[in-house]
Amino acid sequence: MAASGARRDALSRRPLSAGLFGAALLACSGLAEAATPALGPPLAIHYLERRVERPAPLNNEDPIPDDEGARGAELGLKDSSATGRFIGLGFSLATKVVAPGDDIRAAFRELANRTFVVLNAPSADVLALADLPEAQGSVFLNIGAPDTRLRDADCRKNLLHVLPSRAMLTDALVQFLAFKRWSRILLVAGPAPGDALYAEALKRSAKKFGARIVAEAAYDPKGGDVRDTALREFAIPTRGAEHDVVAVADEAGEFGASLNYNTATPRPVVGTQGLSSAAWGRPVEAWAAVQLQGRFRKLAGRAMRPVDWAGWMAVHAIGEAAVKARSSDPAAVRATLTAATFEVGGFKGRPLSFRAWDGQLRQPVFLLWPGAVTATAPIEGFLHHRTELDTLGLDEPESACRAFAGRSP
Amino acid sequence: MKTLALGLALLCLSAPASAEEIFVSNERDNTISVIDGDSLEVLRTFPVGRRPRGVTFSKDGRALYVCASDSDAVQVIDPDTGQVRHDLPSGEDPEQFALAPDGRTLFIANEENATTTVVDAQTRKVLAQIDVGIEPEGVAVSPDGRMAVTTSETTNMVHWIDTKTLEAVDATPVGQRPRYAAFTADGTRLWASSEIGGTVSVIDVASRTVIETVDFAVKGIAADRIQPVGVQLSKDGRHAFVALGPSDRVAVVDTRTYKVESYILVGRRVWQLALNAAGTRLYTTNGVSGDVTVIDTATFKPIRTVKVGRFPWGAAARPIPDAQAPDSRAAGATP
Repeated sequence: MAASGARRDALSRRPLSAGLFGAALLACSGLAEAATPALGPPLAIHYLERRVERPAPLNNEDPIPDDEGARGAELGLKDSSATGRFIGLGFSLATKVVAPGDDIRAAFRELANRTFVVLNAPSADVLALADLPEAQGSVFLNIGAPDTRLRDADCRKNLLHVLPSRAMLTDALVQFLAFKRWSRILLVAGPAPGDALYAEALKRSAKKFGARIVAEAAYDPKGGDVRDTALREFAIPTRGAEHDVVAVADEAGEFGASLNYNTATPRPVVGTQGLSSAAWGRPVEAWAAVQLQGRFRKLAGRAMRPVDWAGWMAVHAIGEAAVKARSSDPAAVRATLTAATFEVGGFKGRPLSFRAWDGQLRQPVFLLWPGAVTATAPIEGFLHHRTELDTLGLDEPESACRAFAGRSP
Repeated sequence: MKTLALGLALLCLSAPASAEEIFVSNERDNTISVIDGDSLEVLRTFPVGRRPRGVTFSKDGRALYVCASDSDAVQVIDPDTGQVRHDLPSGEDPEQFALAPDGRTLFIANEENATTTVVDAQTRKVLAQIDVGIEPEGVAVSPDGRMAVTTSETTNMVHWIDTKTLEAVDATPVGQRPRYAAFTADGTRLWASSEIGGTVSVIDVASRTVIETVDFAVKGIAADRIQPVGVQLSKDGRHAFVALGPSDRVAVVDTRTYKVESYILVGRRVWQLALNAAGTRLYTTNGVSGDVTVIDTATFKPIRTVKVGRFPWGAAARPIPDAQAPDSRAAGATP
């Protein structure tokens, strides 16, 4: 009764609160400007995206939204601006989406004040941009390419990675499997290049944490609709040596969801579908994540996806660096952002920071299915001398990246 | 049978004589657990609004204020009966609050809409909504009542509010995710904890600048698991107690040297702290283990763990008011 009374009261009060809030906002922004003169022109941040054609969803899932990533960056700008105005800092965000087949390098060359570029594009584009002579003074924040090689031999000094690498995702998953002692893995991989990379990352993680791939099957839906045949068809690739889980590598979601509950033996499906690992997801709630989820839903009208989180995180990191530097001078902000001591919050319960050896943002990774966060990696018991977060992904001795040589970890 | 009845009668008689009670909000259960300060047992549990977090008492201890975050209200509750007297308009999603020395002005942090709402608890009117940084959380009012502060968790600042004009006049950047703020008794310093930064900033109130940053280190615990949240200053001003979240420790900081004297092992994920009136005991809310650790502030030793509800969040102690005859209780005067 008390609760319903409170709810009614809150509803009747809302217009008043909103009015007051608006008035306060106006009054205060005026005040803030008066009290804290601008420290310089707004800091320019660019959001650059390569549009990627994606297959239609298999099971009427929500399609990957066209504004994935961009909306996250937009929220990051809102948050950073709300913070910056208290100390006279402003930010601007310009969004550019390049159509499939168009030249992303030309799009980059057209940008003005291009020190900070939040980049949502496949790895080939990422490297093409990072290698441009005109881009050597820029910092690209990668939010779309999970390719481990960009953190390995193909790393670049002007490239930071906000999105976790495939290696981090599969390390998180295998830590979980090792913790559960579900260490015998039957792997089913799809035909796409990304599937092969995911399978490769999984094998590497299995080796790292003492799990075993006991059998491996390739599965190609050949563009067909597996929904009608899944009941019988999936018994074949999932029949094999004794195993604890069936791991699936199907990044585009062409058959993996139908594998769930259609395996030959009653085993959980893990990997790109089933229990998967991700930087973010709808059920993430702890560490005040629910606040960020709420703000994003209000802005975008949909749930926040991993690439959205990475977009938010990229702009938020730039904003925090500017606040720490107390400057909107791009060079000063870049120096702060890329300093070994830079730490930033990201609603994951720990300070996040960029690894000194490959530019990857170290961060917890969620093990989740659409209903719940099952666990958060690093899983308890996986220790590291620096921070447990470095048990995920390429550690310093494992990475072939040398572009950052000279920075201390 | 007779002895039992007599025993019960004695128990009932002795109950009001206990010196103090500690009220703990259980965020996931939508309840308040009341712990007896003598026996350290849970005396009673009563339902409140949804997602109760911050709790505090009126000066006379006769009204309990509860931030019922998901009910978008601050509830005013009779601490003896658990009955809700009325709600105060609080703005959206109230999380923490502080009562000004005047005993009637409440400063409430609205986590979801980046404002601090100021409410007169007597007239039940909103005096102002003040624009602050994103995710306002910790709130404190200076002992002289002239300055209020709100910490903003995503903006990472302490916002200073002039209590006369009810305007935000300044902002001091602090470490990542500031969660709690406490003024020293003389009002010259403000202690503000940074959960993700892993530090506590000590701010000079006159200049509003950070003069000291307190760091923590616990052997065998990764640095990023040391997450300062609740802060309480001892009654003699010599020590600050800092709850360190998932490190399951409360640090005891010397307020002159800013060195940590001791780390006290408590329950899992310790969030908020409350001192009793005499300052002899510290109560900690342990979110994950669902209990309260009681610490003796003379020896810095935990003396008892008290099981409460799910996700205990806030805590507040009150001396039991002297005139606690059933009559005066029924009168239920609002503060």
